[in-house]
Amino acid sequence: MSAAKNSLLSVDAHTKKRNAAEKRFKAYGLSAIIIAMLALAVLLTSVLSTGLNAFRQTYITIEVPLPETKLDKSGVRDIDVMKKVTTIGYNPLLRDGLLVAIEAAGITTELSNKDIGKLISKEAPATVRNHVLANPDVIGGSMTFNLLASGRIDGYFKGRVTMESAALDGNTSPEALQLAQDLKDAGLIQTRFNWHFIFAPDASDQRPEAAGLGVAILGSLYMMTVVLVLALPLGVAASIYLEEFSPKNRWTDLIEVNISNLAAVPSIVYGILGLAIFINFMEFNQSSPLVGGLVLTLMTLPTIIISTRASLKSVPPSIRDAALGVGASKMQSVFHHVLPLAAPGILTGTIIGLAQALGETAPLLLIGMVAFVREYPAAYSADAGLFGEASTALPVQVFNWTQRADPGFVERASGAIITLLVFLLIMNTIAIILRRKFERRW
Amino acid sequence: MQVMTQMDSQMSQDTNIKISAKNVQVHYSDNHAIKDVNVEIEDKAVTAFIGPSGCGKSTFLRCINRMNDTIDICRVTGEIKIDDEDIYDNRVDPVQLRAKVGMVFQKPNPFPKSIYDNVAYGPRIHGLSNNKAELDEVVERALRRGAIWDEVKDRLDAPGTGLSGGQQQRLCIARAVATEPQVLLMDEPCSALDPIATAQVEELIDELRKSYCVVIVTHSMQQAARVSQKTAFFHLGNLVEYGETDKIFTNPEDPRTESYISGRIG
Repeated sequence: MSAAKNSLLSVDAHTKKRNAAEKRFKAYGLSAIIIAMLALAVLLTSVLSTGLNAFRQTYITIEVPLPETKLDKSGVRDIDVMKKVTTIGYNPLLRDGLLVAIEAAGITTELSNKDIGKLISKEAPATVRNHVLANPDVIGGSMTFNLLASGRIDGYFKGRVTMESAALDGNTSPEALQLAQDLKDAGLIQTRFNWHFIFAPDASDQRPEAAGLGVAILGSLYMMTVVLVLALPLGVAASIYLEEFSPKNRWTDLIEVNISNLAAVPSIVYGILGLAIFINFMEFNQSSPLVGGLVLTLMTLPTIIISTRASLKSVPPSIRDAALGVGASKMQSVFHHVLPLAAPGILTGTIIGLAQALGETAPLLLIGMVAFVREYPAAYSADAGLFGEASTALPVQVFNWTQRADPGFVERASGAIITLLVFLLIMNTIAIILRRKFERRW
Repeated sequence: MQVMTQMDSQMSQDTNIKISAKNVQVHYSDNHAIKDVNVEIEDKAVTAFIGPSGCGKSTFLRCINRMNDTIDICRVTGEIKIDDEDIYDNRVDPVQLRAKVGMVFQKPNPFPKSIYDNVAYGPRIHGLSNNKAELDEVVERALRRGAIWDEVKDRLDAPGTGLSGGQQQRLCIARAVATEPQVLLMDEPCSALDPIATAQVEELIDELRKSYCVVIVTHSMQQAARVSQKTAFFHLGNLVEYGETDKIFTNPEDPRTESYISGRIG
């Protein structure tokens, strides 16, 4: 009995219990990871399944007549006279072009001419008008345009709109969808990749098919530039001072506690701060990437400082001793030895801070970046500067679009989320690449 | 080499004392770590500091190149003179002092750079060479003096951290001598090394004695006996006994020294 108990070949009760606990723990960890992966998979599927459609768009190809009598009453291509013809004046021309095309294709429909005109997006007349105003020579002839189809028609080809839903919809009808299908069969309607979504500015509630992310991407880019240029040097300099040079006393303790606290302050508080200081007191432009960038800088600074200090701390003190021992000054030891060793950590912290700032919405709402911006900001304006014109940002654009009534904006919002995720992915990849590069050198 | 011989001839002949400490006290906050130490250390000789852990020998060593300045709570009073200049004088820049008083640490701590850059770093920041060729020469001389040249001459671009422990420590010694110091402080340089590497470093220390004033802190009494000419025994912050190594180990005056050497305390 006792011999069996002491034998190494049989596992005793205590060991069995220990092994079981270890197995359970591994199972907990594994299930946690599986749940996380499932959640990620569900998120990605739902976002991708609705959002990817935003990257394709339906276009109608028609030849639009451009008669001089309608478009240029002066007859001498006087731009001021031509401008008097609004988009409403272009509407019938587009409809006529479409009617001719339908007839030429031999398609019959019971729709009224007015309803046929609704197949074309409300954005299309502006497209044609802009082209005509830019190239007055085309007046008098006719020209082939690829025009946006209306949101409902676009939705039909993406599966969002069905014959059943169209029957209940005041904006379209099963007949219109049938006509669109016939046009597609005739090769007049195509669905193809939508560069417009990435480069065009936002569009109004009635025309989701024209809405794009251009201004939001530009605004986010401007803000990230401001954050990077301000937060990285300020944060790194502050950390180096606090970690390497400052005396350790009550004041630096106080500063340290405050920085940790600031990192935990809800981001909307930074929005209120930005509103009070940058807009009300310093009177910068509302909705400008400059103010947005400044607010996000304040928000990102604690993150950068904390991660930079952590990576400075993790550099072994023996390296500092070695540098001081051969007669390097404090600053030389920091800049020649400590900082390069801490760089991977600093970069990672900075990029995580930037990624956090890129996805931040709440503070931007408070400083007016939620505004509807349908024009690109001027590249540089004399009174507002490079970053001073009204703009919007990617996460705010998502917020904006999810609030709009037209179902076309649901896919736009998901498309914007995909774009945001792609940018985050790019930033993280850059972080990893930089990390690798710096680490390989040592 | 030339620099050194020139300096040798310029040195005053009447005294051979390089470092003299008078009434040195060191406090860490309320802890009185070094109590009234007086010592005169000779040039061109190896002086060993021995004593039990926490006796203050390393602290005193770090006073000689003011490395203790980097510790906020550390306060040094008294007078330490090198070549008759008080190194705690307000006009002394510790950075300049440390170029003159090199230091080798307990754990080999090469920079995570190439072997060449490790050695070249000191000469570069002190502007000891005007061009690449001169710097190459300085590096080679330092590595030769560190007795590691033959082992690394073909891979100067390899990282210094890739060497073995003993090689790393000799690289650190080469790095310390590259700035042409006059005093070399060694804080238990062999405690992280195996017996073969220790023997190589000890041989090197004996060689370095010809050109420098070497001060070594060691835990190993055998090592002190092997490499040093003078030995100082520290106990509880006091310098108990200081004299010729032979005398300390064969005929100590103080009973505490005798107890330590015979293994009864420490």
